Amino acid sequence: MSEPRAETGIPAPRRRRLNRKLAPWLFLAPGALMFLIYVLIPIGESMWISFFQWDGLSAKHWIGIENYLELLDDDAFYTSLKNNLIWLVLYMLAIPFGLFIALFLNQTVRGIRIYKSLFFFPFVISQVVVGLIFSWFYAPGFGLFFELTKWLDGTGIAILANPNTVTYGIIAAGLWPQIAYCMILYLTGLNAVAPDQIEAARLDGAKGIKMLWYVVLPQLRPATFIAVVVTVIGALRSFDLVSIMTDGGPFGSSRVLSYYMYEQALSEYGYRMGYGAAIAVVLFAIMMIFISGFIWKMWRDERGL
Amino acid sequence: MNFLKTTALVALMGSIAIPAMAEQRVLKLFTDASDPAPKAAFEQLVKGFEAENPDVKVEVNTFDHEGYKTAIRNFLTADSPDLANWYAGNRMAPFVNAGQFTDVSDVWEENGLKDSLGSALKSMTIDGKQWGVPYTYYQWGIYYNKDVYKKAGVDVPKTWDEFISNCKKFKEIGVDCLTTGTKALWPAAGIFDYLDLRTNGYDFHMKLTSGEIPWTDDRVKAVFAEWKKVLPYTTKNVAAIDWQDAVSNIVQGKAANYVMGNFAVATFKDGGMTNDTLGFMDFPTINPDIPRAEEAPTDTIHIPAGAKNKADAKKFLAYVARADVQTKMNEELGQLPINKNSSVGDDPYLQAGFKVLSTADGGIAQFFDRDAPAQMAKAGMEGFQEFMAYPDHLDAILERLEKVRQRVYKN
Repeated sequence: MSEPRAETGIPAPRRRRLNRKLAPWLFLAPGALMFLIYVLIPIGESMWISFFQWDGLSAKHWIGIENYLELLDDDAFYTSLKNNLIWLVLYMLAIPFGLFIALFLNQTVRGIRIYKSLFFFPFVISQVVVGLIFSWFYAPGFGLFFELTKWLDGTGIAILANPNTVTYGIIAAGLWPQIAYCMILYLTGLNAVAPDQIEAARLDGAKGIKMLWYVVLPQLRPATFIAVVVTVIGALRSFDLVSIMTDGGPFGSSRVLSYYMYEQALSEYGYRMGYGAAIAVVLFAIMMIFISGFIWKMWRDERGL
Repeated sequence: MNFLKTTALVALMGSIAIPAMAEQRVLKLFTDASDPAPKAAFEQLVKGFEAENPDVKVEVNTFDHEGYKTAIRNFLTADSPDLANWYAGNRMAPFVNAGQFTDVSDVWEENGLKDSLGSALKSMTIDGKQWGVPYTYYQWGIYYNKDVYKKAGVDVPKTWDEFISNCKKFKEIGVDCLTTGTKALWPAAGIFDYLDLRTNGYDFHMKLTSGEIPWTDDRVKAVFAEWKKVLPYTTKNVAAIDWQDAVSNIVQGKAANYVMGNFAVATFKDGGMTNDTLGFMDFPTINPDIPRAEEAPTDTIHIPAGAKNKADAKKFLAYVARADVQTKMNEELGQLPINKNSSVGDDPYLQAGFKVLSTADGGIAQFFDRDAPAQMAKAGMEGFQEFMAYPDHLDAILERLEKVRQRVYKN
């Protein structure tokens, strides 16, 4: 180490300082580049496109903020926005349900692993399959759910044909895999709960709900945080199920922003790239609120605040 | 070094080219003929063309029917085939206007197609030029279950009033008079088109779909008033079922009538219906003073602007337009040829359809989503679907459609 110092003429401590400053950037560079190419530039581009009228084939036509003005006067946009909010609120149910199932499956009983793997199942199968299963479940005429309600009230409830119930029907389908996902997160979290703390709490006489609330749950905070993040993002991105189960119908009442964006920009009757991009920008802005919140929380945690 | 490379390259190319026959030219055809019958028809079409043109090899690339509608926009701008399937009327306008289709007026001129394919000339012409060649169309109308008619003791109606009075009889025996499945929206448009064609006629319908008439017009409201008469007798919850599910309502005798296109016959028969139980009738008359117009969507083949082998592609179009070729192809498809010198198979539904279409003196419409521009079509079909579930929302629906009309046709 002594020879190079003489050759370059830079004193070793300074060079080491330089290396220490440069190294993280070098390590970050490939990731940052990918982030730039696949995330930042497309976001910028879709914002740019939202100022145009463009069918994807002919020349672009600059119209300024006209797409956004049209959004303000678009009933379908408000329907999508409202449905997105319903998704966001109801999807949160996945977290307590997931926790409950995880606690249930965390018992040491013979054969519990078989149950565990059964509960993993909805998370493993594709959203498309989930959507198909539930559409058959709800289908008027032959669906199990329809037949059940028919038996109860005589006429039967066609969840997916009614604009007042359709969104709830789809969310119920979405909750199924999402609960399994939260359950997996909590099962992992439960493995990390310190046994000595449980032991100590037990010696102090804590059990049942009190044990859960004061001893176990605080230790599950990281798992809860991740569960909230994935559930919020999952709710805002909801697309597959809407597309498979209803195509946004009946008459557009189960649309969500991401599906409406697809309809306007890429579907058979759409090809309004600019308008679709404007919807995407709005959805991005909503996501940004949550993402900034999460980042702020993580930053605070790391600072130990 | 360079010399070595060149010889190596030549040797390599030679070794590939020789087994593939040096003389043969390739014609790439992209199609959405993914269902069994259309697929067989295209295979047979390609074989026939290759037999007459041994120096041309046609490579067929078949897409899923729905996926094709998205794919075509990508492959037209990126990697064009030499031939591509599409539809006539307003549906091809975006591609023509964006310069993605080749003008094939010369093929029409040289082969006398303006005469032999005359019935489709109007729907193939934009800016006075022809942009593709039609090879098939099929009638729409009402398919019905003959057994259910017998059970209810009613006759096949000629007028809309008779149709409605039949509905009451069907209700008495617990059968839906009219069924449909509007999950994919378009089946509802078939009902609207016919009601409009029978209430206001072809010219009005064309003006409406091309944006010249406000949706809040009283004549439009009159169409919905006719529709409302049949709603109490229509299958419930149609918004949640596919059109194939509605077919089973007819097959099982739960419903009597279904406004559909002739392509559904295969599905009816797969469900176990025969020529003895499945009936076809023309949509009943509403206003007797209006010349009878019909609905017959036309399928077409086009040459993309980026095609590499346009000379052979034009030969192919001329081949597809020929009377004998269209006869044979449509026998396989179970549809009607466009060429007036072709003959129709002995299928009773096709014979009926041929008679209905060739005597329609009012005009031949394509279909709501092909006559109206895409955005208007989507909004309109959603409106029809909503109207079927909530007829009392009509005013709000029409106002919404009017708003869309003012935006869509502005440009």
